[in-house]
Amino acid sequence: MNWDWNYAWHLLPVLGQGLVVTVEVTAAAALISVVVGFVLAIIRRAGGPLGGLVAFIIEFLRGTPLLIQAFFLFYVAPLYGITLSPFVTGAIALGAYYSAYTAEAYRGGIASIPVGQWEAASVLSLSPTRTWIGIIGPQAVRAVLPALGNYIIGMLKDSAILSVITVSELLNQAQSAGALSYRYLEPFTLVGVLYFAISYPSSIGVRRLERRLGRRLSSTHR
Amino acid sequence: MFHALLDGLATTVEVAALSAVFATVISLVAGIARSSHIRVVRIVAGTYIEIFRGTSAIVQLYFAYYVLPLAGISLSPIVSGVAVLSLAIGAYGSEIVRGGLAAVPATQTDAATMLGMGPWLRLRRVLLPQALVTILPPFGTLMIDLIKATSLLSLITIHDLAYQAENLRQLSGGAESLRIYTTTMVLYFVLSMAVTAVIRLLERNTQHPRSARGFRRATRGSSAPAAMTAGSVQAEADR
Repeated sequence: MNWDWNYAWHLLPVLGQGLVVTVEVTAAAALISVVVGFVLAIIRRAGGPLGGLVAFIIEFLRGTPLLIQAFFLFYVAPLYGITLSPFVTGAIALGAYYSAYTAEAYRGGIASIPVGQWEAASVLSLSPTRTWIGIIGPQAVRAVLPALGNYIIGMLKDSAILSVITVSELLNQAQSAGALSYRYLEPFTLVGVLYFAISYPSSIGVRRLERRLGRRLSSTHR
Repeated sequence: MFHALLDGLATTVEVAALSAVFATVISLVAGIARSSHIRVVRIVAGTYIEIFRGTSAIVQLYFAYYVLPLAGISLSPIVSGVAVLSLAIGAYGSEIVRGGLAAVPATQTDAATMLGMGPWLRLRRVLLPQALVTILPPFGTLMIDLIKATSLLSLITIHDLAYQAENLRQLSGGAESLRIYTTTMVLYFVLSMAVTAVIRLLERNTQHPRSARGFRRATRGSSAPAAMTAGSVQAEADR
C-alpha cells in the first residue's frame, strides 16, 4: 500500500464537487432544523394532546437511526406518489432528524429565560406572536447558539450517511472514485482529512462563541 | 418477515453490547489520561479524541473495511466494526469523563491528598464516584447514539437489524417498504427506550455523596462504601 500523490491530486476536483454537495445539503438541513426545531419546541411547550404528540415524535426521531429514517423517506415516499430528488430527500431526512435535537436545545433555552421577561411582555399586553418573535425568540436563540453550532457540525459529519441514498456528496464521490480505480487509500484518507479540516476549526469556533456568550449573558442577567 | 428482523435485532444487541463495554473502558482510560498532569499523556489522548470526533463514524468504518486490508491488516467485518464503533463512541465518552472529573471541586483532591491517598486510590474512591453523578446522564445519551450507530455496520455486511430490513425490502421488490421500515424503526426505538430506562435506574442509584440523601446513605454504612469515603472526606473538608 503506497500513497500515490499523483492519484490523490487527480481526485481533488471530484472530491471538491462532493464537498460542495456536502456543504449544500448540510446548509439546507441546518436551515430546516433551526426553523422546525423552534416550532416543535413551542408546540411541545404548549402541552395538550398536540404537545404530547410532538414530544413523542421528538423521542422517536432521536431514538431511531438516521440511516433507517433516510431509507424510509427514500423508498417509502415514492410508493405514495411523492418523488423527490435524492438531494431533497437527504436534506429533509437530515433536517428532520436534527430538528428533534434542536427542539430539545430550544426547550432548554426557553426555560432559561427569566420569568420577568414573560411578565414584562404580558404587562405590555403584547400578543403571543409578538412575545415569541420579539421577546422570547431572540433570547432563546442566543442562549442555544453554541448548541445549534454543535448540531450543525454534527449534520456535516452525518451528511456522509446520505451517500447510501445516492446523494453525490463527499463520501459518495470517494466511493465511486475508489470503485473505478480499485484504490481506496487515497479517496477515504482525503475524505477523512476534509471532514476534519472543516469540523475541527468549527468546533473550536463554537467553543469560543460559547465562552463569549456565556460571559455576556451572565453580565446582563446579574 | 418479523423473524428475520428479530434475528437482526439480536445481532444489533450483540454488537451494541460489545461496543458499549469497550467504549466505556476507552472512555475511562482516555478521559482520565486527558485529565492527567503529564503533558505527553494529555496530548496523546487529545489527539485520539479530536481525530475520532472530527470525522464521521461511517468514514472511519469504510476506512477500516476498505483501506486497512490493503495495509495487510485483515480484520473480519465484525471485529473492525466493533473496534471502530468503540473508538468513535469512546472519543465522545472520554470528553464526558474529562468533564465529569473537572466538575469535582478541587478541594476534594486536596482533602484526599491530605489524607495520604495516592493518585489511584484518590481517583477510585473519591474523584470517580463523585464524577459519576455528572457522567451518567450524558453517557446514557451516548449509549443511544451507539445503538443508532450500529446500523452503519449493515453497510460493511454485518447482518444486523438495518441489514435485514434492507434485505427484506429488496426481496419484496420494494412493495413492502412501509411495513418493513416502520417495524424496523419501532424495534430500534424500543431498544433505545430500554437503554434510557436502565440509565434512569442507575441514575437513581447514584445519589450525589454531597446531597442530603446521598450523605445519609453514605453515613448509614456498608451499603455504599465508595460514597462513604467521599462523603466522610467531604465532611472532613467542611469542618
